[in-house]
Amino acid sequence: MAPFDMASHSTPLTRPRGGPLTAIVDWVADLGGLFLNWVVEVGDVSQFFFRTLSWIARRRPRADTLLPNFYQIGVLSLPVVALTGTFIGMVLAVQSHSQFRLLNLETRLGAVINMSLVRELGPVLAATMLAGRVGSAMAAELGTMRVTEQIDALASMGANPIHYLVVPRFLACLVLIPTLTIMADFMGVVGGAAYSIYGLGIDSNHYWQNSQDYVGAFDLFSGVFKSLFFGAAIALVSCYRGFHCDPGAEGVGRAATSAFVISFVLILVLDFFLGIALDNFYLLIWPEGLRLF
Amino acid sequence: MQVMPAKSEHGLGEAHPTIELRAVDVAFGRHPVLRKINLAVPHGQTLAIIGESGCGKTVILKTMIGLVRPTRGQVLFDGRDLATLDEAQLTHERTRFGFLFQGAALFDSMTVGQNVAFPLREHTKSTDEQIQESVLSRLAEVGLPESIITKKPAELSGGMRKRVGMARALALKPELMLYDEPTTGLDPIMSDVINELILRTRNQNPVTSVVVTHDMRTAKKVVDRVVMLYPLSRLEPDEPQIIFDGPPAALDESSDPRVTQFVQGEAGERLMEMRKMADLRLANDQ
Repeated sequence: MAPFDMASHSTPLTRPRGGPLTAIVDWVADLGGLFLNWVVEVGDVSQFFFRTLSWIARRRPRADTLLPNFYQIGVLSLPVVALTGTFIGMVLAVQSHSQFRLLNLETRLGAVINMSLVRELGPVLAATMLAGRVGSAMAAELGTMRVTEQIDALASMGANPIHYLVVPRFLACLVLIPTLTIMADFMGVVGGAAYSIYGLGIDSNHYWQNSQDYVGAFDLFSGVFKSLFFGAAIALVSCYRGFHCDPGAEGVGRAATSAFVISFVLILVLDFFLGIALDNFYLLIWPEGLRLF
Repeated sequence: MQVMPAKSEHGLGEAHPTIELRAVDVAFGRHPVLRKINLAVPHGQTLAIIGESGCGKTVILKTMIGLVRPTRGQVLFDGRDLATLDEAQLTHERTRFGFLFQGAALFDSMTVGQNVAFPLREHTKSTDEQIQESVLSRLAEVGLPESIITKKPAELSGGMRKRVGMARALALKPELMLYDEPTTGLDPIMSDVINELILRTRNQNPVTSVVVTHDMRTAKKVVDRVVMLYPLSRLEPDEPQIIFDGPPAALDESSDPRVTQFVQGEAGERLMEMRKMADLRLANDQ
């Protein structure tokens, strides 16, 4: 047996320590390391995204992998999205009413509530619920499959894991998030109207008339359009985190948590940039049509 | 690097090895696991890869099937370099492999029947009846009753899970079977059942097999050739990582004390070495 050579098997005995210069150098090196990791991660996610797109183009997923995901992501998310949508509509009515009453503009509540809902709150709320209910579950499920070598087993049997596991989840999120958004919008509009008209005693004719005057098809479209990006981001981030899960129960837990946190941050960042892009697009198409109160 | 083709075990003349690693290096980040591995497994041979935990045995197996990409070197399956295949081609090529994972890696969302049927549904145009028939026959081959098909993997014992994993891996009658520690965690009787199944698979089908194991009984009972790997962290930079390559009978006569110690299961100075390493790290941290 080779003699045990301590020097060749260990880290250096004396580690350079102390000094403000060393501390600064270490700090810069750590920062550089973090930045490099971030660049690598972004590259990996992009590659994951393009592999998913290429498998969508290459082969249609089987119905028996697609339908359970559609059911899980779409049907089972409906009640919670509807419930939260309703309450957000009612909360908006409560909060806006006290402000608008001071200006004697209570009848404009319909416009404010419905505009906020269809443009921002509906899509963001539906996406947040999807990230929490489905995104973290997807990351945990795929993470467990990674840890227990089930993803490797799929690959070893000639089934591409991206095609088999990611594509159905991606398509289900992409196709169904608009319907969840519309559901959140609808329930929010109903909740807001119900509380404004029956709870706050606002005249229903004025309420609906103002809504109709200010909320247009483009507003509804922009909310639904944005939701497509949110759905894609949730599916990608969650599947990516699951696929690159660290070993053990802790790794799976971390994958689930980070899937939700990253998805949520991405939803808000995308919402900001898509909002700017859609406003500019609106101005480009209808330069005189920007509506303000 | 020119490598001579291996001679077929069945006397069919010169042929490509079924699987061949040429100067393969594998590293995870800055952590090297395999270095300059040259290994050719001729058609029909059953090879065991032995070595202590963490020496890279499972990594070799996963490199052979393309689940781990080598940092350097080539992996040739039936003469084709896996690195030259695109994702779809590699996916297709893997239907010619069977892989028994250490924990069986059964899909826990599916029943046993669905697990064994999975490769058949993915890659054949068989009817439901034909698939059902094949599933039952594969399960019977590994000694499992019909009643098991509706059970979920979580309801099975370790030995049963391994046998279901084997039935699934053999479903498409692969040309290359890879076994990752097939007997680990099983009682001696069940370990021998798995050994017998590996032997029977080899005798019934013209299959090439690679068995990664710690179990010297498996290495001596079921294989034609044994390769022993040594962990890179305990080797000098110019030392080869494969420290033994020969028939199982030659293991006991090896002149290399690292081989005989492993075969006889003697720790020797290892505990002292580990303690020295731990003390060194502790001193370093303080």
